[in-house]
Amino acid sequence: MDILNALVAFLNFMFIPAVSYGAQLALGALGVTLIYSILRFSNFAHGDTMAFGTMVTILLTWWLQAQGIGFGPLPTALLALPVGIAATAALVLVTDRTVYRFYRRQKASPTIVVIVSLGVMFVMNGIVRFIIGVDNQTFTDGARFVIEPRSFMEATGLSEPLALRTTVVVTVVTAVIAMGALFWFLQKTRTGKSMRAYSDNEDLALLSGINPDRVVAITWIIAAALATTAGVLYGLDKSFMPFTYFQLLLPIFAAAIVGGLGSPIGAIAGGFIIAFSEVLVTNAWKKIVTYLVPESMAPEGLLQLLSTEYKFAVSFTILIIVLLFRPTGVFKGKSL
Amino acid sequence: MTGKTALLFGAVACLYLGTGFLQSWGLALTILNSALLVTIAALGVNIQWGYAGLFSVGTMGFTALGGLAVVLISARPNTENWQAGGLGIFLALVLGALAAIAALFAWRLMSKGLARTAVVAGLLVGGFFLFRAVFDPNVMAVEAVNPQNAGNVGGLGLPSLIAWPVGGLLAAAVAWAIGKTALGLRSDYLAIATLGIAEIIVAVIKNEDWLARGVKNITELPRPWPVPYEVDLQADPGFVETATRWGMDPRTASITLVDLLYLLLFGTVLLIVIWASERALHSPWGRMMRAIRDNEVSAAAMGKDVTGRHLQVFILGSAVIGFAGAMLTSMDGQLTPGTYNPLAFTFLVWVMVIVGGSGNNLGTVLGGLLIGWLWLVVENVGPNIMQVLTAPMPDGWLRDHLLGSAQHMRLLTMGVILLLVLRFSPRGLIPEK
Repeated sequence: MDILNALVAFLNFMFIPAVSYGAQLALGALGVTLIYSILRFSNFAHGDTMAFGTMVTILLTWWLQAQGIGFGPLPTALLALPVGIAATAALVLVTDRTVYRFYRRQKASPTIVVIVSLGVMFVMNGIVRFIIGVDNQTFTDGARFVIEPRSFMEATGLSEPLALRTTVVVTVVTAVIAMGALFWFLQKTRTGKSMRAYSDNEDLALLSGINPDRVVAITWIIAAALATTAGVLYGLDKSFMPFTYFQLLLPIFAAAIVGGLGSPIGAIAGGFIIAFSEVLVTNAWKKIVTYLVPESMAPEGLLQLLSTEYKFAVSFTILIIVLLFRPTGVFKGKSL
Repeated sequence: MTGKTALLFGAVACLYLGTGFLQSWGLALTILNSALLVTIAALGVNIQWGYAGLFSVGTMGFTALGGLAVVLISARPNTENWQAGGLGIFLALVLGALAAIAALFAWRLMSKGLARTAVVAGLLVGGFFLFRAVFDPNVMAVEAVNPQNAGNVGGLGLPSLIAWPVGGLLAAAVAWAIGKTALGLRSDYLAIATLGIAEIIVAVIKNEDWLARGVKNITELPRPWPVPYEVDLQADPGFVETATRWGMDPRTASITLVDLLYLLLFGTVLLIVIWASERALHSPWGRMMRAIRDNEVSAAAMGKDVTGRHLQVFILGSAVIGFAGAMLTSMDGQLTPGTYNPLAFTFLVWVMVIVGGSGNNLGTVLGGLLIGWLWLVVENVGPNIMQVLTAPMPDGWLRDHLLGSAQHMRLLTMGVILLLVLRFSPRGLIPEK
């Protein structure tokens, strides 16, 4: 029986990875949910928007690294992030102007717009692969650890190491700042309020003199900022590969739906629900249980409920459960 | 068939003939065969989208299920592996299914409350652990036998032609489960649920080595009747004599004959599918489907069971896709789960349907043949075009990069084509009447 070591193992292998993954999913799901509530369609191109923003950031990071410019202990990519956001915002605004606006004016059915977003996805995917290729790219630099495993073991005398990587701290801090800024913007500023009004009732909002083009443009810019931030944080934490970003679409959508499409709070909660379930179900519990039970009862297997390859099955199962029992999501979204 | 339709089909025929004249007839035939297969899948999507307005993006998953059916039905039996634990695995799957069914009944029969939640959760969790307890040791046992060449439960050794309808049935069963949950809600939910199930099906086939050897691939799947093997033909003196009399090299002749027989086989299936769906489309059932698609509310007001009909048409379309997937695996002679990729297997099929004309089978065939040709030819021609385009540039990293990335141009091309068609000709090249 060794509760402290078990706790450290839990923190190290389950809690910390789930928190940082959850923050990345939450940022992604916020973008999806915003576009859904203002533009009223599920954006299938969101994963590839993330990939595009991340790609721009990576390219700039490499350039900065080549110039010898760094950000001290923090990853250089954070310096490049604003440019990545600006480039992505420009891209989605051009896309909106050339592609989506036509269907908005036509009041096309949401399904048609979803198919249009598939086309946009193809194009963005093609651009990203064309520029940076399909391979894995790493661009993390700066200090590797905030808490180093070895010094943690020496300092505490525990046999279980605890690693807190810089990228995890950066992820959580950046995500908190981004979410805080978003909620402040939506609740306190005039533009944010007009966005909420537009989302609640388009006709009334138009009647009270809200400029729809402005609302839509600002939504795209925010979505681009959220997508790029989510993508860069994910890439820093793990690595960048265009196809992985496309595959993130499923957990991100699952997060947005679980929370309730159209509800920002729901998107954040959904991101963490999905991330925690995924990590708890696909990681091995052997180490933790071994610390907790008497030696004679120590488990032989890995005590892993599902292998890591099935992580999508977790988001999918949660999605199905929500669709069956509460299609509007945990925090009542506006969809059914 | 109107003049415009004939003209469009003529133009597509010219594309294939051009490939034959300029490159090689073998290539043209191979492209045509692949395009025909994807066209059959596209007809399945057209049934779902064109007839009923259902937006499903699970084509890749249903295609892979068809492929799995070919392995289970027509791969050679691995008796030793099966004896090691095949029955145990089967028993585990049955137990898992029983637990799920019991949970479902408990949910239906018990009244709402904490007790019901506890019973259902207990049945599901208990069922899962029971399943794993029976499943894991048997999987280990099966995978331990002859892992270099087998390590899976093997197939039944039956002809491929039997595997195809089984592929359709397998896809239909999964479609039923998905449709039951996701239909009747917002239309996007079906899209997201099918996107997910497709990823999961491919993940299962990749990782469950006992089933179809996972990424180690199953090879040497039998060819469908009546397609012979090239080596057998070349060893057949009668065939060699005939080929020489026609002035053909026996090797080329055997390859061409095999391709032509595949063409015949796929063409027959394609015609049957078109005939059946045209009949369905012009029956009262077809009119009802279109009425539902065009206005769900008024169709429901007329007493039509919208969700029920959607489920029906979703299952039908998925079965056609599963059938096409089985044919694809039979033609390849192997199941390679690593090659299933949503861009090529799902979204490409969608581009075909939209470009051709959703709701119109002829349009879908046209779109399938056109886009199929484009997809496969751009793969070959794209780098050459880039070579010409970059010729004036100095040698350097930029030119190398452009040459290396040329293959990704086809994604971009497909996206641009899809957007242009949706914008300027939203009903496709051959619109629905």
